[in-house]
Amino acid sequence: MRLINIIPGRALAVFLVLVPFVAVMVAYGIGSEIRLAANAQDKLLPAPSTVWDTMVRLTTEGDRRTGRILFWHDSWASLQRLFLGIGISALLGLIFGLIIGLLPIARSLLAQFVAVLSMIPPLALLPILFIVFGLGELSKVVLIVIGTLPFIIRDLSQRTLEIPQELLVKAQTLSASSWVIAIRVALPLVMPRLIQAVRLSLGPAWLFLIAAEAIASDLGLGYRIFLVRRYLAMDVILTYVIWITILAFVIDWLLRKASRRFFPWAEDGL
Amino acid sequence: MSFITVRDIFQSYDRRPIIERVNIEADEGEFVSIVGASGCGKSTFLRLLLAQERPTRGEIRIDGADPAKEPGLDRGIVFQKYSVFPHMTVRENIVAGESLRSGWGRFFGEAAKAARARADETLTRIGLDHVADNYPATLSGGMQQRLAIGQALTAKPRVLLLDEPFGALDPGTRLSMHDFLQDLRRETGMTVFMVTHDLEEAFKLGDRVLVFDKPRWDPHDPNAYGATVTYDFDARDGGIPFQTLKEDTHVLAPT
Repeated sequence: MRLINIIPGRALAVFLVLVPFVAVMVAYGIGSEIRLAANAQDKLLPAPSTVWDTMVRLTTEGDRRTGRILFWHDSWASLQRLFLGIGISALLGLIFGLIIGLLPIARSLLAQFVAVLSMIPPLALLPILFIVFGLGELSKVVLIVIGTLPFIIRDLSQRTLEIPQELLVKAQTLSASSWVIAIRVALPLVMPRLIQAVRLSLGPAWLFLIAAEAIASDLGLGYRIFLVRRYLAMDVILTYVIWITILAFVIDWLLRKASRRFFPWAEDGL
Repeated sequence: MSFITVRDIFQSYDRRPIIERVNIEADEGEFVSIVGASGCGKSTFLRLLLAQERPTRGEIRIDGADPAKEPGLDRGIVFQKYSVFPHMTVRENIVAGESLRSGWGRFFGEAAKAARARADETLTRIGLDHVADNYPATLSGGMQQRLAIGQALTAKPRVLLLDEPFGALDPGTRLSMHDFLQDLRRETGMTVFMVTHDLEEAFKLGDRVLVFDKPRWDPHDPNAYGATVTYDFDARDGGIPFQTLKEDTHVLAPT
C-alpha cells in the first residue's frame, strides 16, 4: 500500500498528535537531569518540578513591594496592547482592503503605495515611534498596527478582487449602489478571510509587542522576560513563554471557532 | 420600433475583433436562443446586452431608451455559476432581489416582514420553500439555478439574460429546469435571451435561434475577423414555423 493512502485511525491519530509534545518534554527532562547531575546550581535547564513551582508562585503570590500579582498584570497589559493593535489593524485593513479591491480608482491610487509601505521593516521604525509617540502605550500599539496593517490590506484587497465578477454584476442588475455592493456583498464575503488574515497576523503582532515591551516598558509579558533574563531566571522565562504560547493558541482557536460560528456558509480552512 | 434594437454592434479586445456587424431586432416577450461554437462571441454579446461591457461601435436600446452604461434593474442575469449570493440564505437571496436597491441594501421593520412574506410566496412558486433557511451551498445545482432565476425575476427586469444557465446540470435536472422556465414564461411573458451550447435546448425553449459564427476566415490569421449572426431561425412550432402540425414528427422527442 502506498504511504499516501495510509490513514491513521482515531486512536492512532490522537497518539501521533501527542508524540511531538511528549518528545519535547521528555528531551527537556533528560537534558535538565544531565545538567543538574553535573551541577546542582545549574540555571540553564531548571528541573520541570522547579518550573512548576515557579509557575504556581508567579500566578498566586503577590509582588513583595506592591502586593500585586505581577503575572496577571503583565498578561493584562500585554493583551490590551495586542488586542488594541490588532483590532485597529483589522478595522483599517478591512476598510482599505474593500476600497482598494472594489474601486479601480482607489486601486490605482493606493495599491502600489501599500505594496511599497509593506516592505518597510517595522522594527526599523521603532526608534521613530518612540521619539514621536513617546515611550507609553501608544508607540507599542502603533508598532503592532504598522507591522500587521500592510499585510491585512494587501490580503483583503486581493480577496475582494477575487470575488467572482458574476456576483458583483448580479448585484448591479438588482440595482445595488457601490455602497450597497460594498456592505451587502463584498463585506460579508471577505469577513471570513479577515479572520484568517488576523490569525496569520497574530504571530507578527506578538513579535512586535514583545520587541516593543523589551525595549521600553514597565509592565508586560515581554518586559518581564527581558527583565528576568538579567538574573538568568530560566524558570520564569519558561513560564512566561509557555503562557504566551497558550494565549496565542487560545486566541487563534477562538478566532477559528468564531469564523465557523458566524460564517457557516464559508468553506472551512485550516 | 421593436422592443430591443441591436444596431451595428462591433466589439474588439486589444484591437482583436470578437463580434462584428451584429444587427438584431426582438419583440417584447420573445425568447431568443443564441448558439455557436466556443469562443465565437456569444457570451461577449450577452455581456454587451447586459451592459457589463460597452461596444466599440454600435448601440443597444431597450424600448427606445438610451444605451445603458452599466448593468441595471432593466436587465436580469443568471450565470452558469456564482449566480446567487453564497452568504445569504435562500430566503435572503430572494429578498435581496428587492432590497439591494435601497440605501442600506436591506429592509427594516415592517418592510422587512412584508418582503420576507413575498419571498416565501416566490419560494413556494419555484418549489424551494422547504429549504428557505439553508445556504445555497447546501442546494443541488438545479435548485441553485432555480433560486437564481427566482431572484432575478424578483427584480422584475424587462429582459432576462441567461448565460448557459443549465450547462452544469445533469440531463434529468436540465429537463425539469426547461419545464420550470417554460412555466415561468407562460406566467410572466418576459423577454429572454439565452446563450447555450445545447442545440436541442435552444430550439426547444426559443422562439428564435441565433447562430453566431465567423463568416470570414483568414487561414493565415484566424483572429483577423470577428463573429456575427449567420443564421436567424424561427423556432416556433417545433422549428416548423407558419404551419400547424397535425402529426407527431418526433423531431423534438427522439425516442
